[in-house]
Amino acid sequence: MPIAAQLVAATKKYGAVEALKGVSLDIDLGDVVAMLGPNGAGKTTSISLLLGLRKPTSGKALLFGLDPTDLDARSRVGVMLQESGIPAMLKVREIVDLFRSYYRKPMASDRAIAMAGLEEKAGALVKELSGGQRQRLYFALAVCGDPEVLFLDEPTVGMDVEGRRSFIERIAEFAKLGRTVVLTTHYLEEADQLAKRVIVIDRGVVIADASPQEIKSRVAGKRVRFMAAGLTDKDFEGLPITTTTISDGGVQLLTNQPEAVLRELFRRGIEITDLEVSGADLEDAFISLTTHKGTT
Amino acid sequence: MAAVAVGRASVGPMLARQTWAEFLKLWRVPAFSITSLFLPVMFYAFIGIGQSKEVVSPGVTFGAYFLGSMAVYAVANVMIFSFGISVATERGMKMDVLMRATPMPPWVYLLSKCITALAFAAMTLVVLFPFAYVAGNVRLDPLEWFTLAYRVLLGSIPFIALGFAIGYLSGPNSAVAVINLIYLPTAFASGLFFPKQLLPSFIQTIAPYLPLHFFGQLGWDAIGAPTDESVTTDWIYLAVYGVLFFALALWAYRREESRKFS
Repeated sequence: MPIAAQLVAATKKYGAVEALKGVSLDIDLGDVVAMLGPNGAGKTTSISLLLGLRKPTSGKALLFGLDPTDLDARSRVGVMLQESGIPAMLKVREIVDLFRSYYRKPMASDRAIAMAGLEEKAGALVKELSGGQRQRLYFALAVCGDPEVLFLDEPTVGMDVEGRRSFIERIAEFAKLGRTVVLTTHYLEEADQLAKRVIVIDRGVVIADASPQEIKSRVAGKRVRFMAAGLTDKDFEGLPITTTTISDGGVQLLTNQPEAVLRELFRRGIEITDLEVSGADLEDAFISLTTHKGTT
Repeated sequence: MAAVAVGRASVGPMLARQTWAEFLKLWRVPAFSITSLFLPVMFYAFIGIGQSKEVVSPGVTFGAYFLGSMAVYAVANVMIFSFGISVATERGMKMDVLMRATPMPPWVYLLSKCITALAFAAMTLVVLFPFAYVAGNVRLDPLEWFTLAYRVLLGSIPFIALGFAIGYLSGPNSAVAVINLIYLPTAFASGLFFPKQLLPSFIQTIAPYLPLHFFGQLGWDAIGAPTDESVTTDWIYLAVYGVLFFALALWAYRREESRKFS
């Protein structure tokens, strides 16, 4: 498969802050890739380099083998950015038509508007749209040029669960046309729903690059918390636990098999109180990912 | 796999679309469109009409003289405001970031703004000229009407650059204040509202070097009034100011580039 976008040992410094510490990755045509990571991990910086909105401090960013600011490269790409504005006094259809004119063979405006689910708002001014509708308009602007590659930087930020789910379906629909999609997110389930490949970025480096199934198996799904006096790491030996944190009589475990862990703890006769089992958030997931990497 | 777009779009239709979008953006903001089109007429009604028949120099009525003033004022007003404020606002809303990621060349965006500004400037004349004809009883040769129109449109180009520079140098909230602080006093000092002889003497000494002074003279000369310098001198000074303003605008643009996109 030809390479659509590429970072080669790319670093990026903003003043003294090192946002990317040498990232290399290839995105092939047809890939559906999720870049996953907490805020400030370097996801947006990676996308900005790939789009030529920022220049790497060292290393290279390439889009279809060209400099990303090359208009020939950009003509093959649709973009949805975080925190970018659009003119409030234009109507939805007007601005879609404007963005269509930037591309050689755009899709029909009705189709772009329908893909974003904005049929009923086609004649409305941008300033009359709700936050979610505005986000969908950005999506319409990203796909209206019928691009080969779609870059979406945190497309579902600020949406409720339902809004996020239907938005991911719209992206999946576009990906089904055989197009390349690169999106950043900090929701593992979005990556899981959509992507064939997940790139996990943390503190400016790629810490994992694998299928969603593999990432999930490496990420602890549940967090178990309880109080128990006088325990040490030794008490948890042989249990299917990814990470153990013990402090002041409080214990926190990250695991994919909380039932098995608790059964074994009870069998060993450990007295526990204030038991709490909950889904691990991404923060926890990253702890287990990095720990996993360090210990194997 | 469906057919995909390859190659760049042609620039002609892109420029047409972009210009239409820029025009609609301004047209739908009454604070801009109403002010640009009717403020000069209002000034003309308040100041010009009452004494329109008074003769200010042989063969020139005050009505005609003040038409020259207001044509210059109206056009420069559009250039500075439409460019300055729209650029500053769009920077504030980060519209430029999304535009930068599209395959549209930046010059298309800038040229579309220039064309829109010129179109608005022409529209202000379409409102002002008939008003002066009817209410100010201004009678000029067809050639004089034409000369006034083309001179103020051509002479407004340096002010496009000034508006552009202000748009890049000031923030979205301060652009209006900066423009009013610069533009209104220089319009007064250049004698666009009342004769320079009535201004304080220290302003009278700097006034002959202001860009609006030369621009004003081009307008007054067009309707047959005598001016201090020759038309050629006026054009040369305006051209020099144009180069300076463009250099300033370019510097401001590059400064922004290196901050935002490096």
